[in-house]
Amino acid sequence: MQLELSPEDAAFRDEMRTFFTTEVPQAIRDAVASRQELSKDQIVESQRILNKHGLAVPHWPTEWGGQDWSPLRRHIWHEEMQRAGVPLPLAFNASMVGPVIAAFGSQEQKERFLPPTANLDIWWSQGFSEPDAGSDLASLRTTAVRDGDDYVVNGQKTWTTLGQHGDWIFCLVRTDPDAKKQRGISFLLIDMTSPGLTVRPIELIDGGVEVNEVWFEDVRVPAENLVGEENHGWDYAKFLLGNERVGVAPVGSTKRVLAQAKEWARATSYAGGSLLDDPMTASRIAELENELLALELTALRVVANSADGKPHPASSVLKLKGSELQQAVSELVVDLAGPASLASGAGDGSSLEQWQHRATPAYLNLRKASIYGGSNEIQRQIIAKTILGL
Amino acid sequence: MDFTYDDEQEALREAVRGLVGKAYADFEQRRQTVKRDPGFDEALWGRLAEMGVLGLPFAEDDGGMGAGPIEVGIVAQELGRVLAPEPFLTSVVLAGGLVAAAGSAEQRAEVLGALSAGESVLAFAHAEPGSRWEASATAVSATQSEDSWTLTGVKEPVPHGARADLLVVSAALPDGGTGLFLVSPEGVARDGYPTHDGGRAARISFDATPATPLGVGGDATAHIESATAAAVIAAANEAVGAMQVALPTTTEYLTSRKQFGVPLNTFQSLSFRAADMYVSLELAQSVALWASMVLDADPASAQKAAARAGLQVSRAGRHIGQEAIQLHGGIGMTAEYSIGSYTSHLTALDHLLGDGNHHLAALSSAVGGYAEADPLP
Repeated sequence: MQLELSPEDAAFRDEMRTFFTTEVPQAIRDAVASRQELSKDQIVESQRILNKHGLAVPHWPTEWGGQDWSPLRRHIWHEEMQRAGVPLPLAFNASMVGPVIAAFGSQEQKERFLPPTANLDIWWSQGFSEPDAGSDLASLRTTAVRDGDDYVVNGQKTWTTLGQHGDWIFCLVRTDPDAKKQRGISFLLIDMTSPGLTVRPIELIDGGVEVNEVWFEDVRVPAENLVGEENHGWDYAKFLLGNERVGVAPVGSTKRVLAQAKEWARATSYAGGSLLDDPMTASRIAELENELLALELTALRVVANSADGKPHPASSVLKLKGSELQQAVSELVVDLAGPASLASGAGDGSSLEQWQHRATPAYLNLRKASIYGGSNEIQRQIIAKTILGL
Repeated sequence: MDFTYDDEQEALREAVRGLVGKAYADFEQRRQTVKRDPGFDEALWGRLAEMGVLGLPFAEDDGGMGAGPIEVGIVAQELGRVLAPEPFLTSVVLAGGLVAAAGSAEQRAEVLGALSAGESVLAFAHAEPGSRWEASATAVSATQSEDSWTLTGVKEPVPHGARADLLVVSAALPDGGTGLFLVSPEGVARDGYPTHDGGRAARISFDATPATPLGVGGDATAHIESATAAAVIAAANEAVGAMQVALPTTTEYLTSRKQFGVPLNTFQSLSFRAADMYVSLELAQSVALWASMVLDADPASAQKAAARAGLQVSRAGRHIGQEAIQLHGGIGMTAEYSIGSYTSHLTALDHLLGDGNHHLAALSSAVGGYAEADPLP
């Protein structure tokens, strides 16, 4: 048992902290800090800076730009990035399709896709969920039928986050309609400029349009874009979702928002003093801080026990509790804003602060956190079955 | 940061588990032990002394083993797992911790030597009717007459106060502040009784009772605060041990008990609640282990770490304790079956040194003074 970081790891943390706070433009980090939606250009610029210095995809194999870091260092990298308000490398590229191609793709696919994926020259979208396949993902119905050297894809994907920026989409498609559920699924890479592919935005409750429907009508996809073996796509998807769960415990960014929330509370007048002096507010903040600390410490315990890249079963705890706390902090901020939280549509002429404008949209947007990446009910199911044996 | 125990620490765990875990492997054994006074197994206490457990946190010069908070936490977890009623927490960690911190070299050698050897049970008489986890004393006052001191007033509840061979007593000093005194219980009015979880407590009435100042005397509030913080962290570990067993006891019941022709674990309304208990346990365990490391590496930060562990474990203990009974159903209400006793003991631990809201109040009052709660102090 050892509380402190080793001198080497402490130096590594300082190095990361310095890099993220000096190399990534302040304007981008300010946009993150004020909880604004980032533009495509900002996300791309940030990831290219990281990639230039080997910090975009450290968890990939070293020959494709990864770093041979300990799980603790990866954790430090991830936390420091969030702490500095640096946008995380695009998850679809860095955490999802990249590791799948690196692990299961052909040499040709690796050479063709991995470098531009790391550098965000290709913007990937995720084509998993369908209108009738949400938590029950394996019931997906989008089909890919072999026709000569191509697959012909028909169907509909949905909840495609940032699909409006997408260049390529990685999809789970049904290649064997007669096989049982999980058995007949394949993992296909599809160029989004292909004829027959249509992206339609879905407006969400926060007023944003970050998710989309993607329609496929006789879209021809070269067979060489199949990852791994036909009908083994479910295995690759499980591998991907395991990685996704680790990434979706956003401890660092939630801590940063909570630290900001204290300052917002301090600057808010209440009952002749500051809202931060209100005992109810202070105890709510203190309790959230404690739970976040507990989550961070649990994440540290989990990373120490994650052997050879395989997620610890307790990673479900991180997703479950991480999303709950992310939501709870966003709820706190709405309550701190109070009546000013109604000013979500206010423009430049507003007398209210930007954090007050953004409070409710951010809260509403984050209701998604307990739904995506395997809903929290799915996480409870995983804990009950695989950890508790129920 | 590293949460793994080294080989020596693992060996300590195995040894304590081998002794205490075996002694109380059958819950009925624990039930019979707590029915009779003094509420614990004197022979087992002696074997713990032989193993070095009772002197674990004390300096070797004082007759102890010179181990630290990590080792204390390991022992507390093992005792918690089987609800061992031996007063390690209150006698060794808390009362012994005060003597170690405030006692003179002579007092330390004599008192801690006897405690470590299992020859003397120590109790800290601090709680008073009307007091609520304060570090100060008011209901018992100390009076000086030339070179000698006497104490007058009532302490209650005093954990294991009736069985104790020697009392460490807090008392209001004539010139303000709270002093610590060693008091021989001979001739002192002590009314002992069992607590709901099978423990023991007492009302102790002092009436011009002779007392010896601990160490140099004077205000010992800071010692009481730091010893209490160390005990809160040990109690958090003990509670984690209890929760580590309460959860699998519950899940095993869910897989074996059948209703409507199927095992209970087929009902998602029950298995999901067990999953939430697991989340509570993991988070509480992380903070308890962390607080032990903080106490080991940076004692100056220990009070805040103790409050953090106390808060997290209080919330988890109530959640897991309450749900464990509910998921068992009626059998969970019976004294014969173990699970309800886990809930009862978790409730006692929660209120011994400060409950969750007590710790939260301390944390809340400081919340404006820093930006983020960082694991590294």
